[in-house]
Amino acid sequence: MLAFTWTDFAQQVVSGLATGSIYASLALAIVIIYRSTGVINFAQGEMAMFSTFIAWWLIADPGGPELHLWIGFALTLAISFAGGVALERLVIRPVEGAPVLTIVMVTLGLGIALFGLAAWIWGADTKRFPSAFSTRTVDLGGVIFSIQDVGFIAVTFAAVFCLWLFFRYTKVGLGLRAAAGSRDASRLLGVRVSWMLALAWGLAAMLGALSGVMAAPTIFLDPNMMRGVLLYAFAAAVLGGLDSPIGAVVGGLVLGVTLNLLGTYVSFFGGEMRLVGGLVVILGVLYFRPAGLFGKTAVRRV
Amino acid sequence: MTTVPGLRGRAAASAISAALFVALVALLPLVLDDFEASQYAYVAIYFIAICGLNILTGYTGQISLGHGAFMAVGGYTTAILAAKAGVPYLLTIPLAGIVAGVAGLLLAVPALRLSGLYLALATFGVALATPALIKKYPDLTGGSTGLSFDLVSAPSWLGLSTNDWFYYLTWTIALCSLAAAWLLLRGRTGRAFRAVRDSEVAAVSFGVHLPTYKMLAFSVSAFYAGIAGALFAIVNLSYVSPETFALRLSVYLVVGTVAAGLGSLWGIVFGALLIEWLTVPSFEVATVSRTDLVDIVNAVARTSIDPQALGISDFVFGAVLIGVMLLLPTGAGGLLRRGVTALTDRLYTRGRPTS
Repeated sequence: MLAFTWTDFAQQVVSGLATGSIYASLALAIVIIYRSTGVINFAQGEMAMFSTFIAWWLIADPGGPELHLWIGFALTLAISFAGGVALERLVIRPVEGAPVLTIVMVTLGLGIALFGLAAWIWGADTKRFPSAFSTRTVDLGGVIFSIQDVGFIAVTFAAVFCLWLFFRYTKVGLGLRAAAGSRDASRLLGVRVSWMLALAWGLAAMLGALSGVMAAPTIFLDPNMMRGVLLYAFAAAVLGGLDSPIGAVVGGLVLGVTLNLLGTYVSFFGGEMRLVGGLVVILGVLYFRPAGLFGKTAVRRV
Repeated sequence: MTTVPGLRGRAAASAISAALFVALVALLPLVLDDFEASQYAYVAIYFIAICGLNILTGYTGQISLGHGAFMAVGGYTTAILAAKAGVPYLLTIPLAGIVAGVAGLLLAVPALRLSGLYLALATFGVALATPALIKKYPDLTGGSTGLSFDLVSAPSWLGLSTNDWFYYLTWTIALCSLAAAWLLLRGRTGRAFRAVRDSEVAAVSFGVHLPTYKMLAFSVSAFYAGIAGALFAIVNLSYVSPETFALRLSVYLVVGTVAAGLGSLWGIVFGALLIEWLTVPSFEVATVSRTDLVDIVNAVARTSIDPQALGISDFVFGAVLIGVMLLLPTGAGGLLRRGVTALTDRLYTRGRPTS
């Protein structure tokens, strides 16, 4: 058993926030799609993985253009956005209003197709992925953390802030919120609803790319890489409330810290059992508080 | 207007169809070589799992993306009992079903409050986390290296090869499972399940106790998956590992169930063949294997993709799955539902005006 010290504890909290911000961005992607199209996107993990492969090809692949890191990342975000929009138009829009099972099958099929495509193009072997931030550690009053951890947290907060500005102050963002709230009313008011939904998929793909690029330096790049992260992102989204963007961010951070602390201090949840921790969160929240921490309780008309 | 026509004729038709099927199953090994017999044993295993999932998803309307996990429970029950406690393997099969059924009951408790997408999400989580849980107890489960038990051979008085024995064992149990499902679904219970699927509110107001029936559907279908998992462990040359029952298996089971449609015997056969076809690249149905699909794409699109290339068959499968779902505007589920509503309408409400 590890002796408890507050510096250890603080260190686990900081690194938990860093992993939590990876969960938070993927959870936010899930929530944005769920809110706007009512779809739980089971392919979100594979979409993020695919984006990360694109980033790797742009930056690190000896056979690729070997762009500068930040240019490569920016380009990846743009490509992911376009890809998300295209997927919505091609694959999701035709099944709008279809039974739940159909939509679930389509997103599962999308996930399998992207998985296969990535394995076909880039192979299944594990690849190293460059980090945007130095992994050099900083000692702050005994609490040791890496610059990368702080960078991840900062990037996620910046992304959330940009999204907030977008949703709050731009016409398109307001239109997207309106479309998510009431399709018919917004259509009458001149919002181009179907493009708004495609836009939501684009944004979600961008957020997924962000989480993939942040996750890859630690867990390495391969077609399976986001499978576990997707479970945590689902847990985070459920914890915060599937229809609450703020909830997804808070849920991701809380989950990252909680799983880190559990893994450190409760030996049962060490190693791969983290996944089981994520599952316990999903089942527990859905059982005791299905709306999550910030979600609206839905009233069902009888 | 008229009284229900052709009900007796239909019953006779399905009796003939069932007899035909039993005869086909009994005689098929005559044309199969030894290896193919083992492949068709797997088909029987998927047949059992689809029978179970059909009760939950098709009849009761609850989506489960985690049935591979129940197969894992069954498979590991068999492996552990046979390897650690020396229980005869045939005896472990019902026990595996019971353990999986109890696991299904436990999962049903949190699932009671969920429906639709939320249930899909929760069961997806179960499928993802199961391998981790298996690896957590290596003393019991053998961890990531897996667990093997004594190889099985046919009882000597039968004079069958091992693979033929696998074939007859699995198909006998598959046919019993089908008969049991038919008995369960044809009466009051089956009606209650369908009522829950079509409208929970209406079902409650007709006196259907939702928790009871949902838990029943969950545990029965988990029981089936457990039996399937036990047989999988036996046919898989007495070996199970966490990867045997990975997430992909759960997805394939749902695909097979959707392809099978509702309650049709031949549909379930089709679904089971489809899963084996998806899982084993060399398995041929009507001389077409999964890799041949790529050849078809090559021929149509004038491309030259290597069918053996890594990932390409996954890509084609995913694309085909999406394509099939898109081509049926309300989806296969809706198509099934429409078919069933049409059928039940004809059976029960003929002559009454529809609202």
